[in-house]
Amino acid sequence: MQRNRLEKLVALFVLMLSLFSCDLQKQDEATKAAKQAERKAYIQHHLQDSYDFNLFSYTKDDGHKAHVGFPLPVILWDDGLKVFSSSKFHHGETLAEVDGNHYKLYHGKIYKTDASGTIEYDEDHHALNEKPLDFSITKGVVMILITGLLMFFLFRGLARSYSNNGGIAKGVGRFFEPIILYIRDDIAIPNIGEEKYMKYMPFLLTVFFFIWFLNIFGLTPLGVNVTGNIAVTTSLALLTFFLTNFTGTKDYWKHIFDPLGDSMPWYAKIPLYIILIPIEVLGIFIKPFSLLIRLYANMQAGHIVLMSLIGLIFLFRTWMGGVMSFGLAFAISLIEVLVALLQAYIFTMLSALYFGFAAETHDHAEAHEGEVQHL
Amino acid sequence: MEKLLGEFSLGLFVFQTLLFLLLLFLLKRFAWKPILNAVNEREQGIKNALESAESAKKEMENLQADNQKLLQEARVEREAMLKEAREMKNKIIEDAKDEAKVEAGKLVEQARASIETEKKAAIADLKAQVATLSIDIAEKVVKDELSNKDKQLKLVESMLNEATLN
Repeated sequence: MQRNRLEKLVALFVLMLSLFSCDLQKQDEATKAAKQAERKAYIQHHLQDSYDFNLFSYTKDDGHKAHVGFPLPVILWDDGLKVFSSSKFHHGETLAEVDGNHYKLYHGKIYKTDASGTIEYDEDHHALNEKPLDFSITKGVVMILITGLLMFFLFRGLARSYSNNGGIAKGVGRFFEPIILYIRDDIAIPNIGEEKYMKYMPFLLTVFFFIWFLNIFGLTPLGVNVTGNIAVTTSLALLTFFLTNFTGTKDYWKHIFDPLGDSMPWYAKIPLYIILIPIEVLGIFIKPFSLLIRLYANMQAGHIVLMSLIGLIFLFRTWMGGVMSFGLAFAISLIEVLVALLQAYIFTMLSALYFGFAAETHDHAEAHEGEVQHL
Repeated sequence: MEKLLGEFSLGLFVFQTLLFLLLLFLLKRFAWKPILNAVNEREQGIKNALESAESAKKEMENLQADNQKLLQEARVEREAMLKEAREMKNKIIEDAKDEAKVEAGKLVEQARASIETEKKAAIADLKAQVATLSIDIAEKVVKDELSNKDKQLKLVESMLNEATLN
């Protein structure tokens, strides 16, 4: 908590730097509107993935924006592999020329353009230019890599401390061991069952810590928003989807395509199944879809609220307003720390629940006995 | 929705999926399996230790109960033995007393009988002696009396007198 508070202060400081010079000048209404638009764009930009790892930006005395950070490799597939540094874009200010092709960074996406960098639009102001297949190592990918490495070394260390220390966790593992046990005892076993939970444990543990760590990274002033990215949550939810349906038992599928079982004769079931089966089949897809939207929307919303509140400090430009916004931003950031854990928990919990559906096996003998008596 | 799809980046999706699967595989191999095994093993160990402690406790209790029972039995036995001994002592004393009484009675009886015999003998002896003595005395008196005629006459006379009176 202490560290996070510190991180918030640093975030504040960074933002202050970025808006420092412009806020000193007097503004008329027009520039105020422009400033608001700029802030909105700033927040929008911050929520997106980017091709370079930007630590902070500020406006220099001569009015130019300066960016502190480091470029990342851009990897494109456009009639052959094109690899170049994102520094060629100069933060979207210049075209990148690779092997005679010109690429332009426009609204956070790479478009293929002519030598002068013209973007053609349709009537809805959407760019019509060709988009090359983009497998760049973006900021998000870098954060995923860092989180992966962190997790690998952290938990391998914990695993090793068991064998080196006679079955007792050491160091930071003492903090993580109860969480692992919690996931096992209060998420996996109650939802999946004692016999089959071990099969799903690696996924549940990995997904929980992955989401949690990335959520926490999202709260740092590094400005990463990986779990608030729809591509990342889609990938995670798809894995849950595949794992659920590939490990589904006969009973799981029977529950979907024959939910009423033998409780009534087949001719009575037909009209019901016209409605029931599509609902059940839709449910297969809605469940993981809700996972991906929930995580995405929660993290995205948290970032927008937090950044807006921090932005308010500079918008009010009065002593009272600044203090109030700061207090609010501080309170929200504390809540966000909780949300970071909560969303990881919810994703893991619901995944475990779906796995539980997939792994369930009914005790059919009992049900059949009851039916014989009914007949 | 359009905005969501616009934000969707295939590259990030592919990298995320590949990296996550790699991470999942590596962690499963190097972290989760050993961690869960170690924890399970430890829990099993704790469970076993608790169970053995419980059984040891039970055994101890049984032993204690046995000891208590033995002690109780020993106490009862001692009590019984003491009681028996006391009874035996009393009986012996009683018997001895009775026997002594009988013996004493016998002795007294014997003594009385012998005293009786002795007494009878003594009386008989005394009688014999008195008879001899009286005969002797009578002899002497008669000898002395018969030596004097007058006296004899006088005696006869007095005797006669007495006889008439009666």
